[in-house]
Amino acid sequence: MSTIYMDNNATTQLAPQVASIMADNLALYGNASSMHELGRNAYSGIDWARKMCASLIDAEEDEIYFTSGASESNNTVFNTMRDIIDSGSVRDRIITTTVEHPSIMEEVKYLKEKGYKIDLAPVDATGMVKVDELEKMLGSDVLLVSVMTGNNETGTIQPVSQISALAHAAGAFMHSDATQAIGKIPVSVRDMDLDYLSMSAHKFYGPKGIGVLYARKGKALTPFVHGGHQEKGLRAGTYNNLGIIGMGEAARLAKEDIQKEHDHLWMLRERLRNGIEKNVPDVVINGNQEHCLPGTLNVSFPCAEGESILLYLDMEGIEVSTGSACATGSLEPSYVLLACGLDVELAHGSIRFSLGRYNTVSDVDTVIEKLPAIIKKVRSMSTRKV
Amino acid sequence: MENKSFVAQWVYTDTVKDHFMNPRNIWKDDEDFSADGTGEVGSLACGDQMRVGIKVKDGKISDLRWLTYGCASAIASTSMMSEMAIGMSLEDAYHLTPDMITSALGGLPEHKFHCSVLGDKALRAAIDDYLEKNGLPNPYKNSTAKILCECKGVTDVQIEELVKSGKCLTFEALSAETGCSTACGKCKNRIIEALEEFRHIYSK
Repeated sequence: MSTIYMDNNATTQLAPQVASIMADNLALYGNASSMHELGRNAYSGIDWARKMCASLIDAEEDEIYFTSGASESNNTVFNTMRDIIDSGSVRDRIITTTVEHPSIMEEVKYLKEKGYKIDLAPVDATGMVKVDELEKMLGSDVLLVSVMTGNNETGTIQPVSQISALAHAAGAFMHSDATQAIGKIPVSVRDMDLDYLSMSAHKFYGPKGIGVLYARKGKALTPFVHGGHQEKGLRAGTYNNLGIIGMGEAARLAKEDIQKEHDHLWMLRERLRNGIEKNVPDVVINGNQEHCLPGTLNVSFPCAEGESILLYLDMEGIEVSTGSACATGSLEPSYVLLACGLDVELAHGSIRFSLGRYNTVSDVDTVIEKLPAIIKKVRSMSTRKV
Repeated sequence: MENKSFVAQWVYTDTVKDHFMNPRNIWKDDEDFSADGTGEVGSLACGDQMRVGIKVKDGKISDLRWLTYGCASAIASTSMMSEMAIGMSLEDAYHLTPDMITSALGGLPEHKFHCSVLGDKALRAAIDDYLEKNGLPNPYKNSTAKILCECKGVTDVQIEELVKSGKCLTFEALSAETGCSTACGKCKNRIIEALEEFRHIYSK
């Protein structure tokens, strides 16, 4: 059975060009820190990749730090703030939102338990940060504001530039987790006026286990791994040559294709949305429909539970994700959807279709063809009736 | 060199898959099934809710229909329960346990176990309803009870009733109502565990 992969917000397949450059460099085993030729060759690969990553987000090369991925990048920004607060800064409060990725939410929980002051700005029903509420939280004691660029579950794009201006006016640093936005919409650290940004290669057709933390020149960074001179002594450890080179190529492609990619994803997404609305009765489309990552479509099916829908789709070779508690092993459904004010049943019954570069019109049409019978079947055996 | 590729098993066992793909005895909208007793348990808060209807003939469950709002393991365990219960005496059906259902399914992942406790609970609720509607004594209710507090003789059925009715929703309230955990206090963790489980199942 051929697979229709519509879970591109979870991860993406390697672009053939990325796979090819990585295969070409499998034998490039030199330690990029060594002075001899093999080492220098490896370093030149890393240097090239750094240029590609910098160019993708409009940054300078020396503002790019390679990490293991966006989770590490996010953690590092918060750990840096903790060090600043510990050193006696008069600014000792952090503001973020209720819909951030777990690598921020869990870090927040951890830091709060340790006594650090962190406030979460609420979102509206579409998952958009309530900027006026966030503005009220700002003050001369705020050290950092962290707001994601686009949400992984709902696709809602946040007004980061606007929030960045407010944060800077209040004297705070601005960070954005742009993991889901990179490669789908233009992201410029200059236009968005960011001090910090996080991203992961595997969300835009690069390899797993490699990411970037951008830190604006002159902005503080705490060492995230001690033990070597790599990344200006901030992140020790032998360079991941292959991962970094793969990420460089993925970044080059993402920059080159951004408009084409955006238009392709949006066309597929709108075709899928229209098809579902037309063929499945009683659906609720979640997230902001105007400010939305082009490939993300989050739909709730009242009276139907998400894990069942996901597994029936899986049987048809269609791969998606759900906000249902059952699928995560926890008892709570998606905190992001609950933060949008969705009721528990709609959160349990939510399915996220996340389209990617390699999805086709025919993929979308197959989903539109298979989905109505599946929803009908799940609803027919449900205690809840539409 | 050998080509090593990785292929995983399905999420659940083949039996679970079969019952999930072809659920038995569903209570269809268009079917005229007049139940002699019905029971409903679970809540949307945890994402699982079940309804069971039974027909009773000569002290046996002659037919059964069910509905489930829930995940694949909830659907499969209710479907399996329905096959096991049909033909059983009321007494045997009342003593169906999650363990028996899960074993018949070939096992469930540990974090999915709570999905299977609802099927047998809904069945017991349907039997209770049948006996009550017909003015018959219910000899089973207490025979399935497990003593949780030995000093005061408080059972899980008592705690379940108090939580279900909303009368006691905290450990303190249960203790004040039944006296549980007021003597040696060794049962406190068991009581809290049962309280949390029932709150989870019956929370509205």
